[in-house]
Amino acid sequence: MKIGVKILPKNEVLDTQGRAVEGTLRAHKREVSQCRVGKYVQLEIGENDESKALAKAKEITEFVLYNPLIETYELEVVKQ
Amino acid sequence: MKKIGVLRFLGTNCDRDVWQAVEDVGLKPEWLWYEDQFQVADYSAYVVPGGFSYGDYLRCGALAAKAPVMKSLGEAAAKGYPVLGICNGFQILCETKLLPGALVRNEKRKFVDRWVSLNPQTQTKWNAKARAVIKLPVAHGEGRYYAETEELKALWDQEQVWMTYVENPNGALEDIAGVCNKQKNVCGLMPHPERAMADWMGGADGRVIMESLLG
Repeated sequence: MKIGVKILPKNEVLDTQGRAVEGTLRAHKREVSQCRVGKYVQLEIGENDESKALAKAKEITEFVLYNPLIETYELEVVKQ
Repeated sequence: MKKIGVLRFLGTNCDRDVWQAVEDVGLKPEWLWYEDQFQVADYSAYVVPGGFSYGDYLRCGALAAKAPVMKSLGEAAAKGYPVLGICNGFQILCETKLLPGALVRNEKRKFVDRWVSLNPQTQTKWNAKARAVIKLPVAHGEGRYYAETEELKALWDQEQVWMTYVENPNGALEDIAGVCNKQKNVCGLMPHPERAMADWMGGADGRVIMESLLG
């Protein structure tokens, strides 16, 4: 089963990448009130049971994929 | 003679400079490879040099923090041996949780490469001698010190803010350039003392840090 991990910088942490993208969008008249840039990690987990796969992904994410001080994360099941 | 352990990861690139700086103060450096563990009593202090361990993939220092050598370094830190992380080494120590906080991208998104003046705020195992101001070079893209508000307050209260910038080059919160653990044996610093060991290098204030190893 594939699990996607969406990682975003926390709101209170200055997101310099997001700010750079925002500036370019504004320069090209594509107004957004905010843009934040994070990362997406896809994990192929040898597990057919959804809750077990999610539990493994959670453990892996908290082990190294995200830093709770500066980031938040969300998991999603990737439909085949 | 006392041996100083110098850690090496794939992508470390200030390792030779640190080696030379250790030799310059009359001590004997020895490489500690990232895949290996070591006996902590074989060394009198440890340096984690700067560079781009693991190509800065995922987050600066995040993958290096999980390398086998860091398990031994954690033991050494707990036993009170002096440990210094410089630049990427500082990022690695934060990711390993041997030091509080995190280092994020510079506020103005630019790599900064220049000399800075620093105010030591507290005495640690790495600056035994008191100095009002020291001048060292910085070279980093992700050196903006970050910690949550309560944590920052705790750092000041517990005298864990080691050095602050006189002029902040990267937007670091509260001008923080370096911090230490509560026991003051583990220190992290964004500027590079190993690049300031002689007047011909532009300054010799890095000796204050390296000579602290002489005890």
